[in-house]
Amino acid sequence: MRIGLFVTCLVDAMRPSIGFASVSLLEAAGCEVTIPDTQTCCGQPGFNSGDRPSGIQLGLAFLRDFEGFDAIVAPSGSCIGMIHDYPTLFKDDLALQARLNVLTAKCYELTDFLVNHAPKPLSPGRLSMTVSYHDSCTGLRQLEIKSQPRFLLQQTQGVELREMKDAEICCGFGGSFSIKLGDIATQMADKKCAHALETGCDAIVGGDLGCLLNIEGRLRRRGDPHTQVKHVAELLAESLVNPQLEKS
Amino acid sequence: MKIRSEQFKGNVRKQLADEALQSNLSRFGGGFADRRRDALVKVDDFEALRDRGASIRAEVLENLDYWLLKFEAEAQRRGTQVHWAETGAEANQILLNIARNAGVQRVVKSKSMVSEESGLNEVLTEAGMTVTETDLGEYILQLANEPPSHIIAPAIHKSRDEVSALFEKHHGTPRTDDIPSLCEEARGQLRPHFLAADMGVSGGNFLIAETGSVTIVTNEGNGRMVTTLPRVHVAMTGIEKVLPTLEDLSAILRLLPRSATGQDITNYVSILTGVRDEGAMDGPQENHVILVDNGRSRLLGGDLHDALRCIRCGACMNHCPVYQNIGGHAYGWVYPGPIGAILTPAFLGLEKALDLPQASTLCAACEVVCPVRIPLPDLMRVLREKELTQGLRPWHERLSIRLWRWLALHPGWYAFAARWGTRLLRGMAGSDRLLHTLPGLDGWTEGRDMPAPQGETFRDQWRKKQAAERKIIPIRLDPSPSEKKAGLKK
Ligand code: SF4
Repeated sequence: MRIGLFVTCLVDAMRPSIGFASVSLLEAAGCEVTIPDTQTCCGQPGFNSGDRPSGIQLGLAFLRDFEGFDAIVAPSGSCIGMIHDYPTLFKDDLALQARLNVLTAKCYELTDFLVNHAPKPLSPGRLSMTVSYHDSCTGLRQLEIKSQPRFLLQQTQGVELREMKDAEICCGFGGSFSIKLGDIATQMADKKCAHALETGCDAIVGGDLGCLLNIEGRLRRRGDPHTQVKHVAELLAESLVNPQLEKS
Repeated sequence: MKIRSEQFKGNVRKQLADEALQSNLSRFGGGFADRRRDALVKVDDFEALRDRGASIRAEVLENLDYWLLKFEAEAQRRGTQVHWAETGAEANQILLNIARNAGVQRVVKSKSMVSEESGLNEVLTEAGMTVTETDLGEYILQLANEPPSHIIAPAIHKSRDEVSALFEKHHGTPRTDDIPSLCEEARGQLRPHFLAADMGVSGGNFLIAETGSVTIVTNEGNGRMVTTLPRVHVAMTGIEKVLPTLEDLSAILRLLPRSATGQDITNYVSILTGVRDEGAMDGPQENHVILVDNGRSRLLGGDLHDALRCIRCGACMNHCPVYQNIGGHAYGWVYPGPIGAILTPAFLGLEKALDLPQASTLCAACEVVCPVRIPLPDLMRVLREKELTQGLRPWHERLSIRLWRWLALHPGWYAFAARWGTRLLRGMAGSDRLLHTLPGLDGWTEGRDMPAPQGETFRDQWRKKQAAERKIIPIRLDPSPSEKKAGLKK
């Protein structure tokens, strides 16, 4: 299965390890991974700020970069959500809309792909830690990403998943919202941190880097240098290095 | 009502710093949301009910003129007088005339958000009448001289202590923290007002076209008394509130209380039709309905049309994390939360509420609970688009969006900018690999650090890795000559 990996702009700039982790996981699940070099961003930052041309023009660029693949995967529910909205931006061009419909139907968020669409099931390895999973909004509400990352974490030997209170409530990132109305965003992030820490977890885990930067940013400012904030892909890829032990 | 939506950011700062408010918000936060969730467990297919609700409301709005005229004809046939007001001020004037003609001195009110829009109480008071709010929440706010902060629980921002202190001040009664005694006390205070009132003013949750009735959905008995005891009753409500039939009302009533408070049904559902029958003991001798536009018709057929489906259940604010952190007053007008972020700019004009459509992470918690499936995040995005295209956003924001878009469409330049941008950020970070301040982004760094970029960009690293694996010399993706020349490659 030929997979086009959409790395996302945030991962490209801020945390490339999530991109590399995604590649390892997809390969471990039997995929052949290609990363088109002309990809940049799905257009969401502009589009959500009210700039429709951002969505339209980057939608076309996405079509150019990814039309040929069997499936397209991104380590972000938020970007895949935006991509799934592309067809609605081309109501006046039915031919183009049809092409985008075909394309977006095979665009998946990483954990959803691994659990439900990969050529062979991923078998995570072993780690030793307790984690708490934050549900990012677009993945959760638009793409119904909820059980997939949890399933993979539970498959990982030595990982204990502890649910935090209000895991489904927004962390306050919201793209430019987190800057325009930073004081509200900060308070929302603060509550998220508090709920996660109540579980006593070693790592707060999520599937969208935007949220993770927001949560980690607040966590560090609160004076917590220890609790890790990780993308689920990073954890799963790290686990692959340690094969599972036979249960005695 | 006084408009404070222009000072949204200042309002927010105040609300976030208000410790009492924050404690009240977090104490009740999620209360309605939990109750809604529990109530839905008992319903077979709530999603199908939502579909039905959405289509009933959408179909009415398709033929709003027809249903309103039908309502008018049926109401008049049963002795109700129907008035049309284009603005809130006009609605107030109509009501004032009714009151003067009927020699009204004392007015009792049950909850009406439209009368908050029009600022009715001040007008009546200035005209020398006494006005008493009889909804418990509204009564508390009248004593406190504050506007409502929620559409179904107007005094939700007040704790029982604050209420008790208000009652002590205004009724001269001793403090208590027992909620039933506080309710009893309010009841005792209100009863003489009901008995002495010449006129009752109510809102109207729904207008029923086939019978010309006004429907009121409440949990307190006050609505019944306001609409039946005084000799004159006036309902003041928005033109979008009409439903074709009682059958439709019953479908909507399956949605409204569950979405609002998690109740299967409210304590009272009143369907008020016409005037007192000859020889009957109660009911108004004069019954009026004022149909208020106040900006609504401007939305019909436009890109905010769907917002008119709203049945004012409050679920969107109960589930909105922004509302739950700043409370309703921050929004600065009658309607707070996600629906307020749309209706306020839509009714008052975008320039009066520039920050409201921005006050959302677009997390869609509202959209998935709205009983009539209003795509609230999409509508906020529509308003953001209007702000941008009408030049209502600050110049630096407009510029940076354009610049960003240009870069994102030119992968070579984009890679170049990302490469140097991340290097710069890494250079600025301390040994803890955090950025504590970022020029121009203090909105972020006031309350949060920014984790520094990890290293080279993914694409730079990937190219190097691939080149090493294939033992070929890496080609750096820099702006291609044609891109450099043409500026735009398509
Ligand atoms: S927008 Fe929907 S959820 Fe919000 S008050 Fe109106 S009907 Fe209720």
